[in-house]
Amino acid sequence: MDVLIIGLLLGGIYALMAMGLQLQYGVARIMNLANGEILVAAALSTFWFYTALHVSPFLALLAIVPAAFGLNWAIYRYLMLPLVRRARSQGHLEVDSILATFGLSFISVGVLLAVFGGHYLNYSYLAVPFRIFGENYGLNRVAAFLGASAICAGLYVWLVRTRPGLTLRAIAVNPQAAGLVGIDVVKVSAFGFALGGAVTATGGALLSMFLTFDASIGVIFTLKALVIVILGGVSDVRGAIAASFILGLTETLVATFVDPGLTIAAAYVLFLAILLLRPQGLFGRRPA
Amino acid sequence: MKKRGLLTVATLACAASLILSGAGNAQQVMKIGAVAPKTGPLGGGAAVTHWPNVQLWVQQVNARGGLKLKSGQVKIEIIEYDDQTSPGETIKAVERLATQDKADFILQPYSTGLNLAAAPTYAKYDYPQVATTAISDQIPALAQRYPGLFFVLGDTTSYARSVADILKKMRDEGKLGTKVAMVNVADAFGIELANAARPIFKERGFELVYDRSYPLGTQDLAPVVKAAKAANPDAFVAWSYPIDTFILTEQAKIEGLNVKAFYVAVASAFPAFAEKFGKSAEGILGAGGINHDAAETQAYVKAHREITGKAPDNWASIVTYAGFQILEQAIEAVGTKDRKAVTEYIRNNAFNTAMGPIKFEKQNNEKFWTVGQWQNGVFYGVASTGRPGAKPIVAKPSW
Amino acid sequence: MTAAERTNLGLAGLALLAAALLPVVGSGYWLSIGISIAMYTVLATSWALFSGPTNYISLATAAFFGLGMYTVAGGINLLPFPVLVALAALAGAVLAGVVGLATLRISGVYFVIFTLGLAELVRQLVAWGQHVMGASSGLFVLINVSDRMLYWMLLALAVLVYLVGWWIGRSRLGFALRIIGNDEVVAVHAGINTARAKVALFVIAGAFAALTGAVMAPRYNYVEPTLAFNPFLSFQVVIMALLGGAHRLWGPLLGVIPLTFLLEAISRSFPRQQILLLGVAFLLIVYFVPAGVVGLVEGAFRRRKFGHA
Repeated sequence: MDVLIIGLLLGGIYALMAMGLQLQYGVARIMNLANGEILVAAALSTFWFYTALHVSPFLALLAIVPAAFGLNWAIYRYLMLPLVRRARSQGHLEVDSILATFGLSFISVGVLLAVFGGHYLNYSYLAVPFRIFGENYGLNRVAAFLGASAICAGLYVWLVRTRPGLTLRAIAVNPQAAGLVGIDVVKVSAFGFALGGAVTATGGALLSMFLTFDASIGVIFTLKALVIVILGGVSDVRGAIAASFILGLTETLVATFVDPGLTIAAAYVLFLAILLLRPQGLFGRRPA
Repeated sequence: MKKRGLLTVATLACAASLILSGAGNAQQVMKIGAVAPKTGPLGGGAAVTHWPNVQLWVQQVNARGGLKLKSGQVKIEIIEYDDQTSPGETIKAVERLATQDKADFILQPYSTGLNLAAAPTYAKYDYPQVATTAISDQIPALAQRYPGLFFVLGDTTSYARSVADILKKMRDEGKLGTKVAMVNVADAFGIELANAARPIFKERGFELVYDRSYPLGTQDLAPVVKAAKAANPDAFVAWSYPIDTFILTEQAKIEGLNVKAFYVAVASAFPAFAEKFGKSAEGILGAGGINHDAAETQAYVKAHREITGKAPDNWASIVTYAGFQILEQAIEAVGTKDRKAVTEYIRNNAFNTAMGPIKFEKQNNEKFWTVGQWQNGVFYGVASTGRPGAKPIVAKPSW
Repeated sequence: MTAAERTNLGLAGLALLAAALLPVVGSGYWLSIGISIAMYTVLATSWALFSGPTNYISLATAAFFGLGMYTVAGGINLLPFPVLVALAALAGAVLAGVVGLATLRISGVYFVIFTLGLAELVRQLVAWGQHVMGASSGLFVLINVSDRMLYWMLLALAVLVYLVGWWIGRSRLGFALRIIGNDEVVAVHAGINTARAKVALFVIAGAFAALTGAVMAPRYNYVEPTLAFNPFLSFQVVIMALLGGAHRLWGPLLGVIPLTFLLEAISRSFPRQQILLLGVAFLLIVYFVPAGVVGLVEGAFRRRKFGHA
């Protein structure tokens, strides 16, 4: 039983890492390799809010989320849009965006290094036990899980039940057709990219409650998020959410019943297995 | 006629002034290179242990006028490079420092892997290399292969053995049972420590009730801590790296894994560890340790705080600084920029450093701190291979 | 052979001779830059052998490189160095074959991400294996390979890559690839086994990357997982190949040389802002040199020939 709960909590962490990237790729078609740096920037900012200004991470979100939204919107509008415009095909855009965001991640690391220095930063927040069914779990991890669930639920409802969400999904499914029915693809893509960045930043802020960060660690998060997004099928955020929890549960099961040293290997085997059986990912659509 | 005479006088005057300015120009400089990670997987560790000490040492030496050579005092001009935790970059930077920047000396790199990758290049240009963050069980072979390479931080087996000795001592005093839960991070240092420790624990009569590794970069170690707790250990030993050290400790606290001896290897000695865990850090053991009662150590800690604004870590910071001091004293003893002479001097003489006296036996410093413990907010050395001032060990209170 | 081919071959031979003389005339610093250029040329050109025709971006270079390095490091006390290098090539080929057969039916971006994770996967398996076997993790490769020897070995590898690439171009495989590159559907209908062609290329690229890792092992001295499997290596190789142009055999070389000097210039002039300026350089390359240097050169030729772009 506790294995399930640990797995779910871990899944929540992964969801926080991956949902933002999924939005950026699914809607704006940008494979953002600087995703991890957005997460780290938010985490380090939250650290600063907490240690320097004594503001709780949840309150710090009020400042961090809009800032991340604005920054990512600007990145799309000024750095990514020229690539989108000149791309001759989807594959071409993917290559260009991978390379450009890779460069962007280097720039981000340089900036983070200059602002926060290179050393490890962490703080203690809600690091108290929280009992569920007789076992202890970190209250901060539970809070992060609740935050992740809130975002998942909110995104799901918004994407499925509201008109703006519908336009977002339309672009994810088929940008050309969406343009044909009068959707301003550029504007909505920018919005999707910015929204993805804001979600990632929220994830970073929540994760900073119990994980340790430094300026260079973003690449680990990017890698994990990429695997989850592909696993879930790139066009639907429900896929990323499902994949996060499946991955979290798998890793926890392997760690508990097999060997903790094989968790990451198991994750990749799972990744490979799903891609072989269902190449479009869990929730993806077969390319037309 | 007159013009030619004037010309001759002018030329002679120019020549004379050139010669005089050259001789009187005591604005010599000692170019010293420094190459270590500022980014990449080891950037975080180097930012705590290596770079602040570079800043501290250079500032202190220049504040007192510079290094004392026979020809006068020369200030240090430091040239820094970021090797991005990549051995290829470290080698390139050393080559660059040697041939393009014409560095007189190069400070040692950071970490075992980068020191060893750079060793052939240091040797090629006769730079002394006082490695202060390299730990290896192959020191004798390496010392023979690289006559200019010196080791200060010790060997892997000693670190593992000290932990086993401490546990045995606690058991003999009746404070501890025989069951040990051991985990390690699946990366070079973690694996080597675990492999070294396993036979020593068995030899000392301990039973390894849990013995597993976990991948580097894992964000959730709850399954590991739960399983370790379920095995009912008396002691918990984790050969861990900075990030997992923090995660393991927090998880152990949450799960209520109460043992009388709790050891997390790397970064338990960082100031950030005490900052995060506060009173809960009390009694936690880790690699390293400092004799906080020694006068030279206190002076070092104070200066580090003042000049860099941060506290040093309680393990390799002071060792790194000692390495710089050794270079400084050797250069001043030799009095010139002769690298071979300086290397010879380091090999054969004793030095007074912030961590006490150091003398190399076949290029190896045999006396180093192996285990420290947080007691009342200070990380004291509790075990060493020959350093005085070890504090008695306390059993870890419950979380 | 046509006259043009003979001229090309002659020029190539001269260039090779000049390159081979570097250790004789250059100092240690220039030799270390030469080693860097030679290494990336082998990696980028072999990468382009696969990614050029298939348009698949493989980020698996670091996985094969690390595997090759570990083959040498693991066996250095048991077998002579040349045997280990050959074994490394075999190991790289086998891994590439397995991965290729499994994944090349997966399309585009999925393949990219899987290859990115491959280095991490191989690294985790190596580390876990070492823990389980009780072997020490950091392995020492303390054999004497001078910088000159290393440079000439890498140069020989580069020549080998070019020979293989040239041979592929003239072979049935190359013919099949040209058709695939033009229109994959046509190729399939013409009875070409596209999957087998792609796997063959992936195996070649993997073997060369492993060979390079094996040859570099003595330089690293101490081989540990974090340092041997460095994901940035994969990205650097891709950027260099794309900068030069992945669709011509000599394209990646045109990317490797300028980028190596650019990175060196950044490191020397702005040591404190190295990583930031590296990122800016990548961005500038992506925006302003989209077709690669090959594109620039061929565009210039076209303009000269026809008087317009």
